[in-house]
Formats: sequence, structure tokens, C-alpha cells
Amino acid sequence: MADPSRVSGDPALAVGVSIPRVDGRAKVRGRALYVDDLTAEGMLHGQTVRSRVPHGVLRAIRQDPDFDWSGITVATAADIPGENVVALIEDDQPALVPIGGRVRHPDEAVALVAAPTRARAREAADHIELDIEPLPASFTIEESLAGEVVLYGDDNVMRRFDVQKGQDVERALAEADFVIDGTYRTGPQEQMYIEPQGVMAAWDDQGACRLTGSMQCPYYVHKAIARLTALPPEKVVIAQSVTGGGFGGKEEYPSMIGAHAAVLARASGAPVKLVYDRDEDIGATTKRHPARVHHRLGVMKDGTIVAQDVDVVLDGGAYVTLSPVVLSRAVLHATGPYRCPNVRIVGRAVATNVSPHGAFRGFGAPQTTFPYERQIDKAARQLGIEPFEMRRRNMLELGDETATGQTLSYSVGGPAALARAEAAAGSAPPRELAPAEQGTPVRRGRGLAFYYHGAGFTGSGEEKLAGRATVALCEGGGFEVRSSSTDIGQGTLTIFAQLAAAALGVDVGLVRVPEPETGSVPDSGPTVASRTCMVVGGVVERAASALRRRIEAWADEQGIDAPMDELGRRAAGELGEISETAQYSPPPGIEWDDDSYTGSAYAVYGWAACVVDVAVDLDTYEVQVERCIHAVDVGKAIHPIIVKGQIEGGTLQALGWALWEHVAYERGSVVNRRMTDCIVPTFADAPELETIIVEEPYPHGPHGAKGVGEIPMDGPAAAVANALEDALGAPFDAVPALPEHIARALAQAERAPVSKNEREVIS
Amino acid sequence: MTAYLRPNTLEEALAVREAHPEYTILAGGTDLLVSGHRVPPPPGIVDLFDLRPLRGIARDGDGSLRLGAATTYLDVLSSDTGREELSILRAAAREIGALQIQARGTLGGNLVTSSPVGDTLPVWLALGAEVELSSAGRGARRVAYDAFCTGYRQTDMAPDELVTAVTIPPPAPGTRRFWRKVGTRRAQSISKLMIAATARLENGLIAEPRIGLGALADRPIRGVAVERAMAGRPPDEDTAARAARALAAEITPIDDVRSSADYRLTVATNLVARFVRLLAEPA
Amino acid sequence: MNLRFSLNGEQTALDVSPWRRLLDVLREDLALTGTKEGCGEGECGACTVLVDGEAVCSCLVAAGQVEGREVRTVEGLGDGAVARAVREELVSFGGTQCGICTPGIAVCAVRALEREPDASRDRLRELLAGNICRCTGYQLIVDALECAAARGRGEGAE
Repeated sequence: MADPSRVSGDPALAVGVSIPRVDGRAKVRGRALYVDDLTAEGMLHGQTVRSRVPHGVLRAIRQDPDFDWSGITVATAADIPGENVVALIEDDQPALVPIGGRVRHPDEAVALVAAPTRARAREAADHIELDIEPLPASFTIEESLAGEVVLYGDDNVMRRFDVQKGQDVERALAEADFVIDGTYRTGPQEQMYIEPQGVMAAWDDQGACRLTGSMQCPYYVHKAIARLTALPPEKVVIAQSVTGGGFGGKEEYPSMIGAHAAVLARASGAPVKLVYDRDEDIGATTKRHPARVHHRLGVMKDGTIVAQDVDVVLDGGAYVTLSPVVLSRAVLHATGPYRCPNVRIVGRAVATNVSPHGAFRGFGAPQTTFPYERQIDKAARQLGIEPFEMRRRNMLELGDETATGQTLSYSVGGPAALARAEAAAGSAPPRELAPAEQGTPVRRGRGLAFYYHGAGFTGSGEEKLAGRATVALCEGGGFEVRSSSTDIGQGTLTIFAQLAAAALGVDVGLVRVPEPETGSVPDSGPTVASRTCMVVGGVVERAASALRRRIEAWADEQGIDAPMDELGRRAAGELGEISETAQYSPPPGIEWDDDSYTGSAYAVYGWAACVVDVAVDLDTYEVQVERCIHAVDVGKAIHPIIVKGQIEGGTLQALGWALWEHVAYERGSVVNRRMTDCIVPTFADAPELETIIVEEPYPHGPHGAKGVGEIPMDGPAAAVANALEDALGAPFDAVPALPEHIARALAQAERAPVSKNEREVIS
Repeated sequence: MTAYLRPNTLEEALAVREAHPEYTILAGGTDLLVSGHRVPPPPGIVDLFDLRPLRGIARDGDGSLRLGAATTYLDVLSSDTGREELSILRAAAREIGALQIQARGTLGGNLVTSSPVGDTLPVWLALGAEVELSSAGRGARRVAYDAFCTGYRQTDMAPDELVTAVTIPPPAPGTRRFWRKVGTRRAQSISKLMIAATARLENGLIAEPRIGLGALADRPIRGVAVERAMAGRPPDEDTAARAARALAAEITPIDDVRSSADYRLTVATNLVARFVRLLAEPA
Repeated sequence: MNLRFSLNGEQTALDVSPWRRLLDVLREDLALTGTKEGCGEGECGACTVLVDGEAVCSCLVAAGQVEGREVRTVEGLGDGAVARAVREELVSFGGTQCGICTPGIAVCAVRALEREPDASRDRLRELLAGNICRCTGYQLIVDALECAAARGRGEGAE
């Protein structure tokens, strides 16, 4: 048991020390206010009426004439003051389906209701009848590619990316000693933040619209609401309430709920709170994109990788939303942290009549990490090369080139992560049948996965975003960090306080970091892509340094020599509030070409290795994760406990995706909408997690820090599948591997003739 | 306006039941109140949670065990009465929900809800339990659990009756017991299937096997054919295989969101075979 | 009904429908919003409160059922050794991230450690299994509660 580090009074120690989270006391006493804890004079409760039809044309919306509609506001697309669109990448998704418009999935919002109580709102919503003329629908990647139902363009392909490197990949594969050919499927995953989504909206006398809610990206909501309401930007204010988890699920969807709350508040003339029940949240909000990946890996006898040919298809769902960006990341991670001279990657995101899939921790990378780490493992197995050794022979090192032609010139933590994981794991548990434990036959196995994750936005994304942050000296001599980066549990408020305090040279207690509100913080870019600490934290650090220099210059002028906290107090007294705003500038040598998809895909990468030991009950096919060792290179841990918490939280989500988490659909609609059936791991399911923080500093990150939020999600599923194959001798090429799938795979393996060669490799 | 009544004695409870059969009988609320805020309020609530005369486990004069209907799962886990006989009930109780659910959920509630996935129900089949029902007008009666559960979420309870207790006859010496729940995860889990079993060895041969199966049919059922296949045979591999085959022939599980028919069948047969093998091991 | 019960040590009376969920009465009528709703079906544990000292999901308790009983919420856990240790160690070990599950975990942990001060890590995992956390992977919560347990037993720094 680690003893957490306690607060230190020395400002120099503000970074690299696990100070108590600044929001910890309020949370542990139940005093932190989440959106559902807020109320307002005359507030109404909102409810959404949904299509319940996967594809069709909306003909009419009817209110039951026998129902008592007094005190109830009903709003439809006709009540939207501006453009009926949830602005994001493409303008294809309406906030509410208009009469005559197309319904594209079963949970599409068609009408809204506001009432003085939730019960009354729910009741009223049940008395609205929709007349939808059904159209043929398509629900899977295969159906979408078959193209019988055309939902997007003329072939249902929302976006395609191609990556090409080296010679013709077919020739390279033909020249390889072995080709491993596999098709992999990964399922949708529910973020299952414990706080359901919600937004509260109110319009003031001046016609301004103010939204407060659970969200990751206030400026995304701001952009969407300004267009929806046709208001000038300054008349739309978006404030983040304390947010009970996001994991990507609150990246784009809050714009939708925010739009609905804003429309209802305007139509009713009262503040409206719209908070989803759990079943509605599971049914309507985004999930991780389901994926199908066909991967061909060419290897030589000595294990050298010579070619990779990868075909990635993501199910984007009914609207484009963030699918192009998720696909981009999936594609850019598809060949793994390995040297490979010949590469072809084709990525497509396709349209279906399913609620749009969206952002979820890892953002496409877990969907392609699973295939390549299964492939490498199969190659090692076939060649008789030990799994760690197979990775070591091929892994990218300093000076090596990635699939997009990026030469890695710093912060390559892969070798260290792999070595640390291997050392910690020690020898594998005996694979053979374990002694019966209360008559329970158990088989054990070990699996490894090795991977990397680009930190921050892809290519020139960060340069285009130009995230800004402000550090201010406030009345009384305290400091304030103003950014639009939200704390959704990952510790933004705390690490920003640390970074600013260290740069200013003051005690961290002097730095306040308020929850963002668009009226008072600059646009730092969205809280996504593992960029908050590395990118925005760096901007905060620069703003704080600039402010420090300004205060010191003032002190020089005044002839004052004193520590910074005192200088701050005196400067604040003399000058009033002063602030400095900094903007992101890309590190040198980062060149990316969006047309050819070549160059520096990311400024820097995080690296990780995960070892999983499993025990499989051969009577029930239940899997127990007995050990999970995860070594993750984060550059520098600004707050080691927060970093550990990020790694462990992501690791368990990944183990959950691998072994338990299954979202079941029927005709485009989620069937298991309750937490009883749409399960995530409990305390009792989670193994003791063995976390190793590796620090290979990023020269352009604050104190060397780079991203940590997403990488822990990428690899553990492959490690689990590799461990299952190690234990059972049957391949597991889909996520999740539920006991039902394991039972089926074993039954098939028993039926299938086992080739002599395979048997030799396994034993 | 919903009336709220909390009887303190069984007589009071039965009188209210007779007078107001339309009132909702509420105990721990762990089934009834799931999304309870979405259903219209009932005309009245009769709260039997913590109805003291129906709470607790006691041994009757004839050696049988009597478990009050208002006994919670947590009560089961903390009671010292009949520890050996109730080992499989405790094992089942320990896997129901988690602490919060175990503190509220009651044996009577599980019986009356009568869900095919009710976690204690297969145990009653394996232990040969009887359900005691009472009414103000007709007094008490006992029915075997098999007769109490009459179909999918159906019971033999009359509108004026309450379930008051479960009774378990004294076991034959040397009885072995087995419980296995296969759930979706290790806690807060709905069962994919359950097996509760008892048997003993007589001169090396299996005697009086009782197999209770949960989540494998529209209600908890006895594995009658399995029992027949085991009885009078030695606990060896041959019997294990016969028992597994017999079970496969007598159940027709279904596909649903929690599992598949194939899986349920395969695992149920594996577990029946496991039980047979366990009988061969020393107690 | 006119509902009377002890709430965080004080006698409370209010007029409510007995069928309403205790969770809603606490949050809406009594403004005790520390008790959170995550699922409304007894699955996530965010709404955990103590009724007569036992951890229960307040979404599964009808308001009428607490008549004459003693209810304790996260706001009323008090400053006893165990409650303090649980709160402080959850913060210092990083056992709270987004924090929405934290009140329920604090309530359940206080009940668990008061009854079972010697609970092992595995036992803590079993006792807390009704509280779902999606942020931490549970490891740091178990670390925190293990330390809180030691403090509750009078070991370690106080």
C-alpha cells in the first residue's frame, strides 16, 4: 500500500507531488454540485420524445386530445429560432426531426416536453404520438457496405483515409515467409459515467441564453447553441457544472441536450432542466464505434515484420458526428509501435440506422490496437518466438520511422515500458490444468500487449485549434487559471493549479482554478485527446511564466525584493487585476500533410505494455483476471496519484470491454438499457492493478509531461485475448470475449482438426 | 392519496391483507421499487419490512428449520442457526446484489416476486422446503415449493394470503450440498443460471439427490431426470456423464440479453457433472 | 402522509406521499443533494444512505418506510474516527475522481468499517461491490479504505 505524498509548503515541489485534489473535500462530503443538484425559481423539467423507428419520414406529431396539457410546454423543430442543426463536423444532424424530415435512428429526438415535475413531463411525453412512415433500414457494417439502403452519399461511406508506405504491399506480403491473416471485431461500448447527461437552460430578459451542464467541451456547446438560437456569440454563455465522468461520452452529446434544453426554456419562458434517466442515456447517447478490421501481417522467419495491410471499417451510426476524426485516429494507430517498411491502411466509416457512435477514451485506437496486437501474438506463436522478444525485435526506437514517415526524435518510452512490464511480471503461471479447487477445473494463461498512443490532436490539429489559457493575478494577491479545459474527474483543476504554482513560484494554495464558463475563459480547445495536461497545461505554464515576469518587472521598477507570494499581494494592491494569456505554438519539426496522410501524425506518443494473467473456469467459461500489470510512459507525472488513477481507470474500462461489456442491439435500438444488464465491472470483478509509471520526458510538454488519459484503454483487451489463447489454445478475435463466446470457441476448437504444426507451437 | 400501513403483528398484517387485497405488499422494495417512480402510486402500501414476528431463523421442535418471510439476506448471513444445513442458502444470499440489496431484500419477497432468476429459489428445491402461507380467514397452510410456484412469475398465494415462512425438514445425516450461481459478473449480477443440489452417499452410491435449477426454464425447476440418472449409482465419471445427458434432455433454456440457450445448457450440464464428481471427494 | 423520522441525528417531519422514493424526498424536499442518482434501480450505489445503520439504496426505499427510523446521509456521517478517516483517505489516496459515486462509497465504507474494522482488501471489495465507480478502477479506493481501516483501528497516524 503506497503512502500518498502529503502537501508541501515548498512551491518548488508543486509538480511531481500528489497534493490532495483541490475538489476532493467537496466531493467526499457530498457538497459538489452536479447539474441535477441545481434548481432555479420556476424551473421546469424537460423530457424528450423519441422516434422509436430506425428509419422513416416524420409525417405528423399529435398530442393526445384527452390528456390534460395545462402547465405543459411542447416544443418541436418549428420552435427552433435558428438553424435546426447540431453543429459539429458536418451539419447533417438536426436537433429535432422536422415534419417531413427523415428519421435516421430509433432514438432520434422528435419533440420535447417541459412540465413542473419530472413525473408530469414523463407522462406528457407518453401522450405524444408520432406518425412515421417507415423505410427499409440497415444496422450493421455488412449491411451498410452492401448498400441496399443508402443513408449517406451513394455508398454509405462517410469518410475514407488511405495510408501508404514503401513498395506494393501485395508484393511485400508475397515475399514474406509467413502471412498472418485475421479479421477482428470489436463491439460498441457504453461510457457509463455514473452521472447521466444533463443540461439546464435559461433565457434572460436581454434575450441571452445561458446553459449549465455536465460536459467536456463548453465551446463545442457554445458553437452549437449560437447557431441553433441565431444569437451572437456573446449572448450565449455555457457553464460547466461539476461533471460526473465523461470518457468521451460528454464530448459531443451535450450540444444535443443543450439544444433541447435551450429550445424548451425559450418556448416555456422558464428555466428548464433536462437530465436523462439511465435508460435514456444508455439508449440515446453515443457509444464506442463498433469496428471490423481485416489485418494481414507479413513476417520473416526471424520475426521481422515486413508488411502490414489493414482494412478498417467503423460503424459511424446515423450521423457523421465525430466519426471522421475517430476513423483518422484508428487508421493512424493501425500498424502499432513497430518498424514496418511496407504499409497499406484503408479506413472507412459507414452509415447505419443506429444512434451515432462517438467519442470514447482511446478514440478509435483501441479498435485497431486489438487487431495488430492479436496479429503480432499469433505471429510469435507460429514462429515460436517468445512474446516479449517478438515485440523487442520489431518495436520502434529513437530514430525509427512510423507508418506515416515520421522520424521519432524524442520521448520514445516503448523499450522502457516493455522492459519494466516484463520485469514486474516475472515468470508466467503454469499453463496446464490447475489442481481442482472445489472440483473446479481451471486453465491459466498469460497475454502481452504493447502499443502507443499519439497525444493531442492529430497532425496540424493543435496548430489550427490554437488553444489559449489565461493566468490572472486577482484582488488580494491570489492567482486564477482560466481555461475551457474541464475537470471531468481526471484532475484538470488540480494539475493546472500545480503547473501555474510551479511557474509562478507560489504555494499551490494561492492558485484557484474555477470550472469554466465561456463568458470568462478563453477557448483552450476541447477536453479530449489526452491533450489537457500536455497541450493546455503547457499553455497555462507559459501564461503563468509571463505573468510572473510581468510582476517581477514591476517589482524591479519599484525596487521591491520579496518572495513571489508577497510580490503578488503588493502588485494586486497597486495594479488591480492583471493577467497574461498564452496560446499554443507547435514544437519545431512537426509537419503533416493531410492530403497524402504523411508526416508527423502526432507531436509525441505515449507508450505502454500490459501483461494479463487469466484463469478460465472450464465448467462455466468465466474468466478471472488474476494479474494485470500495466507500464505506461507518461513523460512526466505532474501528480503521480492522478496519473495512477487515470491509468487504472482506463485499464479497468479496457478489461471491461474485453470481458464483460456488451451493448446489445435489436433493429438499431439498445436492448440492455439498464445498468443491471448493460454491465461494467464492480469492485469484486476488478483485479488488483499493478501500475508502473514510466517517465520518458517530452521536451515540449510541461515538465516533460505528455498525454495519459487514453492510452491505458488501448491495449489491455488484446492482452486479455492473447492470454485466453495462451490458456485455451483457441483464437479469440472479437471483443468482448464473453463466457458464451469462450464456450463456443472451445466447442469449435474441439470439432476442428488441430494441425500438427499448431499443436507444436502451443505446447 | 396512497395509504401507508405498517402492521406490527402477523394478525394485523393478515387483517389488512383481507380488508385491502388491492394494497401493495412491500418488504425490502428491491424488486418493486426498481423504477418505482415511473409507475402510478398504488392505493395503499402494507409495509412488511422488519415485521418482527416474521423475521429470523429458528429451529422448530421437530428439528426442522423455520425461516421467517421478512428475514433479509443479511439476516441469513449473520444468523448462526442451522449453519450447515443453510450453507447453500448463505452462499446464494452472499451473491445477491451486494450489501445494500442484501440489507433490504427478503426471503418472502424473493418467493412472491417468483422471478425465474430469483436467487434463493433453487435452494428451496434442493432443500425440500415448504412455503407457509397464512390468511385471516383460513389460518396457515404449507405447500411444497414445487407446488407454490405455478408458472412464470406465478404463485399459489391467494389474494387474502401472505407468505409467512419457509420451513426446511431436518436433513439426513451425511447430506452434501452444492451451490453455483453463474452470473453476468461477480456482484450486482443477474443469474444466467443457477444450480442448487443436495445428495448423500449410501454404501458408496448416490442417495436422495435433489437438484434445483434456476434461470433454465420459465420458473425454478427440479432436475427430475438428472436425479433419476444419479440415484443409486456411484459418483464416477460414467454417472457424471449420464447426469449431464439427462439434464440436457430435460431442459430447454432460452436465448436472452444475459446469455444464450447453448451456453446455459452446456454450463448446466458441466455443473451437474461437477456435482457428481464432488460427491466422490471426501466431505 | 406526515412522515417523521430522524435525519442525520435530527427529528424531521414533512408531508409526503409514502410511495415516493426516499432518494427524491432527500434531494428535492430536504435539499440534501449529496445523495446522488446514477441509475434509479439499485445498481450503482450512488444513492446509498444508512437506514437504522444499514447501507441501503435510497432509490429502492419508499418514503413511508423510514417513518420512525433513523436515516443518515453523506452530509450527516459526522466526525467520528472512521468517518473522518474514510473521507480524508479517499481524498489523499485519489479515491475520488469525478466524485459522483464518492458520497455513496463514503457512506457504505463507514458502515463497512464500523462493523468490520479488520476487513481485508478482498472483503472490502465484497462489501463495496454495490457501489460502482467508473473512474478509478477501484484500486485507489481500496488503498484508501485499507488505510482508513487501519486508522479506525487506531493504527497509523491520526
